[in-house]
Amino acid sequence: MSIDMSQFHQVFFEECFEGLEAMESGLLTLDMGAIDSEIINTIFRGAHSIKGGSGTFGFTIVADYTHIMETLLDEMRDGRRQVTQPAVDVLLGSVDCLREMLTAIQNERVVDDVSVAKHKTALEIVLNGGSMEKESVSPVEPEWASVDAVVNIAPDIIEEKSVELAEQGWKIAFCPYLDLLKTGNDPVRLFRELNQLGELTTIANIQDVPGFYEIDPEECNISWDLKVSGDISEDEIREIFNWVEGDCEMDIQSLAKVVKPAPVIKKVDPEPSPVSTPNNPVQKLVEVKPKVVAEAKKADAQDSVNETAKTTVKASSIRVDTDKIDTLINMVGEVVITQSMLGLVGENFTMDKVGQLKRGLAQLERHTRDLQQSVMNIRMLPISFVFSRFPRLVHDISNKLDKKIVLKLVGENTEVDKAVVELINDPLVHLIRNSLDHGIEMPADRVAAGKSETGTIELKAYHRGGHIVIEIIDDGRGLDKDKFLAKAVEKGLIEENNLLTEKQIFELIFMPGFSTAEQLTDISGRGVGMDVVRRNIQSLGGNIEIISELGKGTTIAIHLPLTLAILDGQSVAVGDETYIVPLMSIIESINITERMLNKVAGKGETFRLRNEYLPVIRMRGIFNVHSGNPTKPKEGVLVVVEGQGELCCLLVDELLGQQQVVIKSLEANYRRVEGVSGATILGDGSVALILDVPGLVRFSIR
Amino acid sequence: MASILAVDDSASMRKMVSFTLRAAGYEVEEAVDGVDALEKAQARKFDCVVTDVNMPNKDGITLIRDLRALPDYKFIPMLMLTTESGIEKKQEGKAAGATGWMVKPFNPDQLLKTLLKVLG
Repeated sequence: MSIDMSQFHQVFFEECFEGLEAMESGLLTLDMGAIDSEIINTIFRGAHSIKGGSGTFGFTIVADYTHIMETLLDEMRDGRRQVTQPAVDVLLGSVDCLREMLTAIQNERVVDDVSVAKHKTALEIVLNGGSMEKESVSPVEPEWASVDAVVNIAPDIIEEKSVELAEQGWKIAFCPYLDLLKTGNDPVRLFRELNQLGELTTIANIQDVPGFYEIDPEECNISWDLKVSGDISEDEIREIFNWVEGDCEMDIQSLAKVVKPAPVIKKVDPEPSPVSTPNNPVQKLVEVKPKVVAEAKKADAQDSVNETAKTTVKASSIRVDTDKIDTLINMVGEVVITQSMLGLVGENFTMDKVGQLKRGLAQLERHTRDLQQSVMNIRMLPISFVFSRFPRLVHDISNKLDKKIVLKLVGENTEVDKAVVELINDPLVHLIRNSLDHGIEMPADRVAAGKSETGTIELKAYHRGGHIVIEIIDDGRGLDKDKFLAKAVEKGLIEENNLLTEKQIFELIFMPGFSTAEQLTDISGRGVGMDVVRRNIQSLGGNIEIISELGKGTTIAIHLPLTLAILDGQSVAVGDETYIVPLMSIIESINITERMLNKVAGKGETFRLRNEYLPVIRMRGIFNVHSGNPTKPKEGVLVVVEGQGELCCLLVDELLGQQQVVIKSLEANYRRVEGVSGATILGDGSVALILDVPGLVRFSIR
Repeated sequence: MASILAVDDSASMRKMVSFTLRAAGYEVEEAVDGVDALEKAQARKFDCVVTDVNMPNKDGITLIRDLRALPDYKFIPMLMLTTESGIEKKQEGKAAGATGWMVKPFNPDQLLKTLLKVLG
């Protein structure tokens, strides 16, 4: 029977990439010199699974490669080999190399043979203890599996070569040890197989079988003299007995009296047979390789890097925790029950059933909400999907820069929408590169500044309200305000003598064409500026801010919405209009009367909230609403909101209700409107605008 | 048709093995490691166990040893799927009570052929 193996490829690739990630993070946590067998074992298992899978699915080039890694890791695991930094670096390089290979294979591209060969040589050098001598020991050597596969498993392959033909058949003395049965082996099964090779006659020797009272039915007390006739090779016979070697004594003799001296009790593996049969895996490998080599030169390394990046973005499948799916199925069940209940009520409806109907509808609403929640949850992934790549980045770059840097990850399990996970990676890479390159000082400079030699970068994620906050905190040299100002003036971005607050000065970094590094290095400054970073983050509906203290370090905080599709909103009434205020930006709401507002000449109105004067925005004024009550309400509700760290008050007529709203883009359907981030459709079919709180706050400060 | 417990920590291998066996008419249950397998094996009796060797939590050899200690699994065929072709692992597996082994890479046909060998 033939089975299409390609249907398992997708799972296999996903698994490989996961395995590679685990290997990578394992390698990065390995302590030099120490033997932490648990970690090494995890890394080993990663290589091992990839090897097993790739061999099975026919990706021989990957299987070969992982085989060398596996050998090296195996020696480390057994303590036969020291864990050294060079070895770890080579293994890390191998992880990259494998990732490229697998990505190439997944996308049906040609594997970059040159790069593979380079990494493979480096691995072999490490494996051979640093000397080049044994470099010729190629992993293609059949030693590892192919021979066994041929000898043990595939009699059909062996048939073709029939090393030693017997003319008539074989005579076998088979004397099992007492505990042969205890491994699940069964003489009857062996005989059945022998019978398939040729005609079998058996003579059982029962002289050793004990009497009825002493007999232990779990022991095998019988021995046999067997005769198989037919054109059968010795290997075929041995193959059948392969599994019981060591559990029996056995003597195989040719009936044709082909010279077979002295009974042989097989205690060793069958000799490796020549590996040149056409179906042999090794042979396949040889066939595959030239193809790879021939076209390899077309694909350069850069290409594969790009490809890797691309696949991470376009991957459209998602792995979901089974718990989440169970919850979802549960919820659907509830909805179905409620629906059938409502159906019953509706069938013979009389007015006395109104109470029942209302209860049903309330239930339906609750279940629909839960259902929506569960569906949204499916899209949520832990931020570790992004974070897990950074230890490697930091490790590589700090090595390159000769800096000592520790990366601390906090809150990796914070969940965030899949779309956000995919799109936040590039901006984060850029920011971390910046911290590594410009933020953290050289060890000597750090010591001179009275800091520890090792710099720390903390990557932190947490939820706040409906937002996820990602912070990149370094304890490096911090940003120099004066330098910033001078630079900005020099570049003509601002005018001289412009009075700016500290915050505004740091914001300059986000202006196009601004870069503080005296020299661009290949680490940071790759043509992508901070302005692009900010634009990317804003396109996700987030914002970014910088806090820095000269000599102490820099904190960059990114605020992102948890999801891009649904928003928890507070509906407020302004005249006849309804607006939605994002719930997460509301601090509190206060009933006020007109007299509680203070007019400040030239600066509009303020409200004194616990000794703090906050700007007040009249919604009627800003959105030109004239309907409903007179323009100067005697009473209203002040909604205190926060945006980008600043507070302000929105004066509305009244609070309506809280609800989740589906965000519809205003830009796509109309055009961008200042102070409005989107729109939604209310239950009665009318459209309500969703307020852009940070925009309004900025407006109020101006 | 015989029931088989397929144990592998690698999802792709597990899928491949179980798909192949199901297509051949066997009844298959999957387990992700030795601990999972032992639990499932105790819940019902399988006619055969096919297990990977190198797995987290509980490896295949320990699993076989633990299963052999159960009355229900004293004589049940148990096969190891392994890439470690060294004699060491095989001996270790046999000592633990493995019936036989299959060396990866193997293909579905080999898998079925081997199973036919033990299950008839």
